[in-house]
Amino acid sequence: MFKAMRASDLLKSRPEGLYCPPGDFFIDPVRPVERALITHGHSDHARSGHSSVLATQETLDIMGLRYGEDFAGKTQAAVPGETLDINSVAVTFHPAGHVLGSAQICVEYKGMRIVASGDYKRQKDATCLPFEPIRCDVFITEATFGLPVFRHPPDHEEIARVLKSAAQFPERSHLIGAYALGKAQRVMRLLRDAGYDKPIYIHGALAKLSEYYQSQGIDLGRLEPGTVESGTKADFAGAIVVGPPSAFADRWARRFPDPISCFASGWMRIRQRAKQGGVELPLIISDHADWDELIITIKETGAAEIWVTHGREEALVRWCELEGIAARPLHLVGYEDEGD
Amino acid sequence: MNRFAELLDRLVLTPSRNGKLTLLRDYFHSVEDPDRGLALAAITGDLNIAAVKPAMLRALVVERMDPVLFGYSYDYVGDLAETVSLVWPQPQRHIPNQVPTLAEVVGKLQAASRSDGPKVLARLLDDASISARFAIIKLVTGGLRIGVSARLAKQALADLGKVDVAEIEELWHGLAPPYTELFAWLEGRAEKPRSAALALFRPVMLSNAVDDNDLEKLEPADYVAEWKWDGIRVQAVCEGGVRRLYSRTGDDVSGAFPDLAAAMTFEAALDGELLVGDPREATGTFSDLQQRLNRKSVSPKIQQRYPAFMRCYDALQIDGEDLRALPFAERRNRLEAFVGTLDPSRFDLSPFVAFSDWETLERLRQAPPHPIIEGVMLKRWDSPYLAGRPKGPWFKWKRDPHTIDAVLMYAQRGHGKRSSFYSDYTFGVWSGPEGSEELVPVGKAYFGFTDEELREIDKYVRDNTIERFGPVRSVRADRRNGLVLEVAFEGLNRSTRHKSGVAMRFPRISRLRWDKPAAEADRIETLQALLDG
Repeated sequence: MFKAMRASDLLKSRPEGLYCPPGDFFIDPVRPVERALITHGHSDHARSGHSSVLATQETLDIMGLRYGEDFAGKTQAAVPGETLDINSVAVTFHPAGHVLGSAQICVEYKGMRIVASGDYKRQKDATCLPFEPIRCDVFITEATFGLPVFRHPPDHEEIARVLKSAAQFPERSHLIGAYALGKAQRVMRLLRDAGYDKPIYIHGALAKLSEYYQSQGIDLGRLEPGTVESGTKADFAGAIVVGPPSAFADRWARRFPDPISCFASGWMRIRQRAKQGGVELPLIISDHADWDELIITIKETGAAEIWVTHGREEALVRWCELEGIAARPLHLVGYEDEGD
Repeated sequence: MNRFAELLDRLVLTPSRNGKLTLLRDYFHSVEDPDRGLALAAITGDLNIAAVKPAMLRALVVERMDPVLFGYSYDYVGDLAETVSLVWPQPQRHIPNQVPTLAEVVGKLQAASRSDGPKVLARLLDDASISARFAIIKLVTGGLRIGVSARLAKQALADLGKVDVAEIEELWHGLAPPYTELFAWLEGRAEKPRSAALALFRPVMLSNAVDDNDLEKLEPADYVAEWKWDGIRVQAVCEGGVRRLYSRTGDDVSGAFPDLAAAMTFEAALDGELLVGDPREATGTFSDLQQRLNRKSVSPKIQQRYPAFMRCYDALQIDGEDLRALPFAERRNRLEAFVGTLDPSRFDLSPFVAFSDWETLERLRQAPPHPIIEGVMLKRWDSPYLAGRPKGPWFKWKRDPHTIDAVLMYAQRGHGKRSSFYSDYTFGVWSGPEGSEELVPVGKAYFGFTDEELREIDKYVRDNTIERFGPVRSVRADRRNGLVLEVAFEGLNRSTRHKSGVAMRFPRISRLRWDKPAAEADRIETLQALLDG
């Protein structure tokens, strides 16, 4: 089919981020710009200070919680599946399955369709809408776990290991390190789905976002602040505590009795990573696609060309070559390589 | 298989001894025979499976995937067994309808011939989960390396059956995988296994340390004193042509000391200390003894240069007669007569140290005649030979430890109760010419301080961090700034692995010297002098 448009004329890498010249907008820019389209609320993708922001309502809400209500000049909510016209470029948001509100952004112009997936995963997650594969000419994929060694097990099996350990060590507390947006709430929801009905203690950094998830109809059960006021050391015996990973190396963690440190992350697949971080119970729970999910998704999009961003581009590009799919790394700056 | 794999995964990341014991005990309690017995054998190193070489493993995997992708993966993970377990492609054609048991896996591996070994291994990996693949690869490449000693596994068994670990050690060498009769006894379903095996280990009698005011309550005339030799406590047992040399925890160490084992041509069970040298001429130092430790095989040259001999303390059995219930004085008489009949280049008697009062013994203890003596032993003349560590009959009275003032250089976060504290300390002493001194690390210690002192050091570390590497912090330490730690230790070994050339034995923090300027900490020469002395 004849294409009037070259893909690289529709989206290109600029220091500010991924730019669409005909539409005059950026996707997930890392510096303040005139018009930003944002895939999801993690701080390396969603920054404050843009003149106008287009994102899903949940992402806008999350940005408001993190940066204050005046995080952007003006905002517009994108409804998943509904196409908007931006300077004649057709823009559609589709669920990405990464965290609450996360979306892929599909841009189409003169017969050329590119999907920028942001971060995504394919495992079922009760805290957000599932990923929808979109047929496209070019698919821009993340590659956080773009190596064949990354294979995420079913998340309920990982949660079962925490509950088993909590039964084995009833005198100790289990501290689960989990990223404050998305991972923490998913872990709590998984605990509930596994039948855990005791209060879950949370670090203060998780309070606002967890409350927001609950307000969106995602039931996380009873959450209590993990503060000294809510109990003495003995009261935390047998407790499950969720907090940002950094908090557990901190003095904050001293209020808990002989804690077993757990860390919910795709990186926990690698024993040495767990060992170096002093993690006793690694939980391989990730909001990013693992190797198998990446390659299935690439196939499902039917894209003739793959652009690979943040992560381990080389292995995924190699795999595409072996499959006869054109692929190249898209060097975008400013995203956390290890953001999980 | 999956439960065994899960156990390995947990053990390797669980630092605390109690945590490991809980995991092991729960596993032995919840898993049925024969799987649990095979797991036990894998942990204690008693499972015989033909080894697969790493090169073979690598060949198997690159037959199944792109070598470039494998290369990227291996570079990233760094461990071959782990990489292969992760990247192994699950065949499309079948999903195994049931997970194989550990017994099935071990059975197939043991039945495999040399030529079809790789094929059998590949089929097992096809059917296994990622964790199980890792466990299988560990089984076939030898050495689980999960930080669990045979002794710890036996302690977990003792906890399971609420029996003394000495009972298990005594039985151990008469048992074989999968230890069904052992578990039946521990679970109260059968009598204690009786073993017809010969030359079994007898649980060792241990001593208590002398406390500050123990001695004033003791009558010197009730006790005999011997030097406390700092070698390896061993038990030499020969029965009906079977000869075994055991460590004090019941591990068979005959293979490491073939020269001594060859001289064990008697019918007896003797307790003593393994040392090197010729007892008629000179006893070797601890550094000499080290030449014989932790070796898989011992060359004739090493055996000749550092011959092993046994300095005998006690006789548990002679010519079929169990002597353990007799008083020490009586056993000693029998021992003296018996050792006189043995090869004098391989066996001698531990001499008595004559004393009339504790002051005399104290002076002797402080100035022992040989560097490999670490104090004195006190034994009641009338004490029977009892398993374990009964309080009263035997005491050890160690020489005071050496101490040195060192500067804190690195601190690492601890685990469990200490996971939010920097509790493992690497310390160094000064080296180099005056004016350009540098700290060189000489050891690491993680105990000896109180909880209060731990909090103080932790605060110091956080306030004086200059660099971070994962869980480790580098602490400000130069001529003007630094925390001086008084470190106590039992002895020094030469070390080629450490930059400083020395390795401390049993180092611990004995005092925090907040008062002492870093520049006044000790120099490396102080330690080197100790090494040469």
